[in-house]
Amino acid sequence: MASLRSTSRLFAASRPFFRPATFARSYATVEAGEPANASEPPAKMKSFKIYRWNPDTPSEKPTMQTYDLDLNKTGPMMLDALIRIKNEQDPTLTFRRSCREGICGSCAMNIDGVNTLACLCRIPTDTNTESRIYPLPHTYVVKDLVPDLTLFYKQYKSIKPYLQRDTPSPDGLEYRQSPEDRKKLDGLYECILCACCSTSCPSYWWNSEEYLGPAILLQSYRWLADSRDERTAERKAALDNSMSVYRCHTILNCTRTCPKGLNPGRAIAETKKMLASM
Amino acid sequence: MFSQKVAQQSLRRLAVQQPLSMQWSMMRASPAAMALGKGLQSRPATTASNTEDPTQILAKQRLNRPVSPHLAIYKPQIGWIGSSLHRITGVVLSGPLYLWATAYLFSPALGWHLESASMVAAMGALPVAAKIALKSILALPFTYHSLNGLRHLTWDLGRGLTNSAIIKSGWTVVGLSVATALGLAFI
Repeated sequence: MASLRSTSRLFAASRPFFRPATFARSYATVEAGEPANASEPPAKMKSFKIYRWNPDTPSEKPTMQTYDLDLNKTGPMMLDALIRIKNEQDPTLTFRRSCREGICGSCAMNIDGVNTLACLCRIPTDTNTESRIYPLPHTYVVKDLVPDLTLFYKQYKSIKPYLQRDTPSPDGLEYRQSPEDRKKLDGLYECILCACCSTSCPSYWWNSEEYLGPAILLQSYRWLADSRDERTAERKAALDNSMSVYRCHTILNCTRTCPKGLNPGRAIAETKKMLASM
Repeated sequence: MFSQKVAQQSLRRLAVQQPLSMQWSMMRASPAAMALGKGLQSRPATTASNTEDPTQILAKQRLNRPVSPHLAIYKPQIGWIGSSLHRITGVVLSGPLYLWATAYLFSPALGWHLESASMVAAMGALPVAAKIALKSILALPFTYHSLNGLRHLTWDLGRGLTNSAIIKSGWTVVGLSVATALGLAFI
């Protein structure tokens, strides 16, 4: 096996010797010298104003920087535009991104005044208006569009987001649940913790130290609603104070902004109902 | 296939006997370049370790981090604008009530006439346009706060919490409160 491995490594190292030229693959390039085609549609230039702040020059105030892109050569989503700006215009532009399909929650930001995931947000085709991109509102900025979510994750940890049980399952294999009970978790378990809802909530802006915020309360309700969890009373007691839940004033920005179409507002309302019937 | 195998074998032997010669950059370099040291690999990135405590760098950065813009940049939507109006109208309603009640309490001592009869007389003396304006200024916060309060009560029951219902009920409350405020003003 060892000899096999070394052979293959050697082979990999020496691959350029044996690979025929026809297999060589280079990066796609725009053919130079080709005259502008008359049938090519006219450039659809759109301006993107992006929030910039650099921690290496902390005395400089945050600024808005404008970038222009031709929408004909850009992908349909905001993330495509950001990646293109970073690749072609300004490699110092900083933002988080990973999955580009709305499942990781990394590219959460405020686009045209609304919190959403850049990868799920289409670029408005209206080229007369500029698009404004900010980091998630009322968060500490690490750099450019990257917010510090340390507190958010600490709050998530504080609600003990895991199954808590004392009794073993009857069959010793798994904790079973009726289809009806399972259905109660739909619309709760899909949350990807992108923090769009929490940072859209004015109550969370003013009280983020103590108020848990919609995303964490949705997760909290996910465990309150789980028929298999046995610490419901304990979980409810932890929430029963003036700050954790009751800073929610049903402004409902959370439900409006959720890029996954979930309803944190309803989860909080159900939590309040559970607490009222304690 | 066979010739490839032979070449591979010889390369393996070369690699074992002279490992340095297997480096791609060395293989291309001419003997002259090698003599001048040009074939040596260069590393532009420094590998010296940073002596500063990274947690200290982080702590220093945290002190300077700005708070990202919030209220001023968030898109005006019926949800949160309506909610802030609910609070503002609540203050507009309760503020004058407290002011008037306190003034009423001290009016005998100060010689002010704030009892109902004199208020009615003062109101009656105003021109019609001023009457309607004054009444609608007081009526609009009252109707909006009351009707939006009903909206809040339905939410507390866990109903009407879908996006479309929130937007619809929001605009309904705005329309109804303006209409009822005008109705009250013209009574």
